[in-house]
Amino acid sequence: MTVPGSMTTPLTQATISTEITGSREHYARHLADGGSARTHPDRAYPPYRSSLLRHPKQPLVAVRDPEMVELSGPAFGVTDITDLDHDLTRQHQGEPLGERITVTGRVLDRDGRPVRGQLVEIWQANASGRYAHQRDQHPAPLDPNFTGVGRCLTDDQGGYRFVTVKPGAYPWRNHDNAWRPAHIHFSLFGTAFTQRLVTQMYFPGDPLFPYDPILQSVTDDRARERLVAAYDHERSVPEWSLGYHWDIVLDGPAATWTEEGH
Amino acid sequence: MTPTTTPAPQPPTPSQTVGPFYGYALPFTGGGDIAPPGHPDTLTLHGRVLDGAGQPVPDAIVEAWQPAPDGSRTGAPGSLRRDPVTGAVIGRDTVTFTGFGRVPTDADGHYTLRTLPPGGVAYISLAVFARGLLHHLHTRAYLHDAGPLGDDALLAGLSPVRRATLITTSDGPRVHRFDIRLQGGDEHEETVFLDFG
Repeated sequence: MTVPGSMTTPLTQATISTEITGSREHYARHLADGGSARTHPDRAYPPYRSSLLRHPKQPLVAVRDPEMVELSGPAFGVTDITDLDHDLTRQHQGEPLGERITVTGRVLDRDGRPVRGQLVEIWQANASGRYAHQRDQHPAPLDPNFTGVGRCLTDDQGGYRFVTVKPGAYPWRNHDNAWRPAHIHFSLFGTAFTQRLVTQMYFPGDPLFPYDPILQSVTDDRARERLVAAYDHERSVPEWSLGYHWDIVLDGPAATWTEEGH
Repeated sequence: MTPTTTPAPQPPTPSQTVGPFYGYALPFTGGGDIAPPGHPDTLTLHGRVLDGAGQPVPDAIVEAWQPAPDGSRTGAPGSLRRDPVTGAVIGRDTVTFTGFGRVPTDADGHYTLRTLPPGGVAYISLAVFARGLLHHLHTRAYLHDAGPLGDDALLAGLSPVRRATLITTSDGPRVHRFDIRLQGGDEHEETVFLDFG
């Protein structure tokens, strides 16, 4: 790996893992020094190499204007959704291969109030770990019966539900022998644009967690655990599907007046 | 479903990157066409998303949110209006102003939105997502011809060089240019990004 004079030295998992440990220790010192817990990843997270040129170096500018447009947000409704959108196993002529699962949960704001009637969008790799996307060149089979895209609106309790197959892990090129743990991408809207969230849901017990710089970019242990769904046997359907449960809490302020409209 | 309980503060769910493979999920037909087709007040807002080396970001996605021309901030459903036969997204109904747009950047990092002037404010609110960006970024495109911008508290609190990154430049009649620079470099200023608390 480190042959002297070789043209390029592969970036190894050991190097990335050392950096991940370093970031975690840095965060532990921040907490020990009385710093507050951080939910979100630092946008500058060197173990995730793609972040290096794509994060701002200057601090964000605080805006606390109660009249700002961002305290309102886009609306979605029955015209934006069809009955089949939430079931990723019924979007083609045949059924996709893989382990059939349901993913259910609630979308809440940070005060614990349900986010009602809002758009939830998901996308994922197929059971083999391959995305239906021209730029995914992982030599795992595409599934003609799986696109891996779903949408729904939250109900009056903030609840959402998807039927899909469990996605596979897949390799990527952050470093040599880099593999992403299985995950489902989620996109969420609140009542305010300030609450917008794009994130990823992981599956419990995945052995790839400690190696993955994207998951590990959330350096707070408890925050990182909030990205992992729970297997819920009560939600498994006999002879049919395994049940996973994942609640989502949107950060960011919401105008109190928006409640009146819901 | 979990039984409804009295709301209590909850720890938020962390952000994760949008990654490179959102293509079948997030972009939708007519995503950048917020203005009803042929509307005489239509303005174009376009630009490029650039990284710290000044290179285009070809896998970013830009979302826009704004008040209607009458100043209303309720938005309206129908941005992803669907064909009941095929399920395909067929675009807005050409009458309703939804206030919401979403466009992926092209191979040159370029995005284009067509919309109507926001009522009551001088800016269009933007959110930027990209592979490599672990947490999306908020910014605002202040329209250079929207009237005097001197009263705006955000702009007034910035140095002239920083302020300029939030104001569109004229690229022809009713055409606004707004580049988004995710990271500053030797020859360019980083766009001002916002924290709403």
